Amino acid sequence: MDLSPIWLTLKLATITTALLLLVGLPLAWWLSKSRSVIKIIIEALITMPLVLPPSVLGFYLLLAFSPQQGVGKWLQNTFDIQLVFSFKGLVLASVIYSMPFMVGPIKSALQQLPQSLAQASYTLGKTQWQTFKSVLLPNIKPSLITALVLTFAHTLGEFGVVLMIGGNIPNVTRVASIAVYDSVERMDYASANNYSLVLFAITFVMVIGVFVFNKYQAKSPLE
Amino acid sequence: MIAINIEKKLKGYAGAGILKVEHQFNAGSITTIHGPSGAGKTTFLKILAGLTNTDKGTISVNNTTWLDTQQGINLLPQARRVGFVFQDYALFPNMTVMQHLEYATDDRKWIDRLLRLGKLETLTTHKSDQLSGGQQQRLAILRALAIKPQIILMDEPFAALDKTIKLEMINHLQAVFAELNATVLIVTHNPDELVGIADEDLYIAGI
Repeated sequence: MDLSPIWLTLKLATITTALLLLVGLPLAWWLSKSRSVIKIIIEALITMPLVLPPSVLGFYLLLAFSPQQGVGKWLQNTFDIQLVFSFKGLVLASVIYSMPFMVGPIKSALQQLPQSLAQASYTLGKTQWQTFKSVLLPNIKPSLITALVLTFAHTLGEFGVVLMIGGNIPNVTRVASIAVYDSVERMDYASANNYSLVLFAITFVMVIGVFVFNKYQAKSPLE
Repeated sequence: MIAINIEKKLKGYAGAGILKVEHQFNAGSITTIHGPSGAGKTTFLKILAGLTNTDKGTISVNNTTWLDTQQGINLLPQARRVGFVFQDYALFPNMTVMQHLEYATDDRKWIDRLLRLGKLETLTTHKSDQLSGGQQQRLAILRALAIKPQIILMDEPFAALDKTIKLEMINHLQAVFAELNATVLIVTHNPDELVGIADEDLYIAGI
């Protein structure tokens, strides 16, 4: 079995999760605070990948990243960066596609904390950042772990968006889910089974890990 | 001296109401605040601490303006540094008793004294959910005192304490308040328990 799709998938999921942690934490914190029209619109945009067919999202990203027009053309001409059919493009598409899995649980957890926790910290002279780091973040640890694992596992299982943006280039964009599809197309069911089994095992172990870590209190992603 | 003149619309279970307070609190005085549920007593304390906005009004403390809605002045709670005891305690679940106090101050001697005052010396490594209701309430009071505030706002601070500990705590607190020369506002449903200790009582009726 060619293991490169598995390694590529793990690399993509790791980078996507790390980037989303950096972007998702402040975003979820900002969204968890008071409501406004702009926040509702941004939250709706973040949530779109949950309800939109991946092929539709992939199609729009393909248009957006295309070197023939718009942002894609500007990136190509200015920085010589091509996002379509490249690993960079896969990472960016994965960040957009998996964002609701990082932002959603963290935002909900922050909203469920009593407001008085942050207020108590402010009256002690602590800044918003100190309060977030020392009071809010440690008290949403189970949700944070859930968000990290969901994001990682969701990126492992991406198919539609990855296919539209990256295609099927070995060692560059041919991730495990594409390899499964490709193997089935070639009637190579043994390889498809191997890739599927590895994906299943990794995600199953991760989900079990979350439940153990959170002592069976981890929230179901469907809640 | 704290001079307050504020007005805020309230949304409550019984419909809309108005919180309107115009009062002066002398420096170093202890004032009890009472009134019916939903009159805005907690909101009043939070406005004073900078945790809630008001529709209009002014707050000045020792001739420094903390709030002036007309001039757009509204000091952040971090700058006001009032000691606030929350009705729900607002203890940090991730922190032990000692960590609560260390989060508020670096003054080791002051921390030791507060721990003795609250009789929590033997529970320093306990997290808040390992404490009884009364111990949690005492920790909330100690944390508020840890920053040595000039103004102390307490929202039902003795509700969970039994009578003996309550009286002992109040006696010790009186000494600390005097030492800090703090102006103290205590919301209570039972102002009688502080008769002889409080200098005045403010009734907030709500409109």
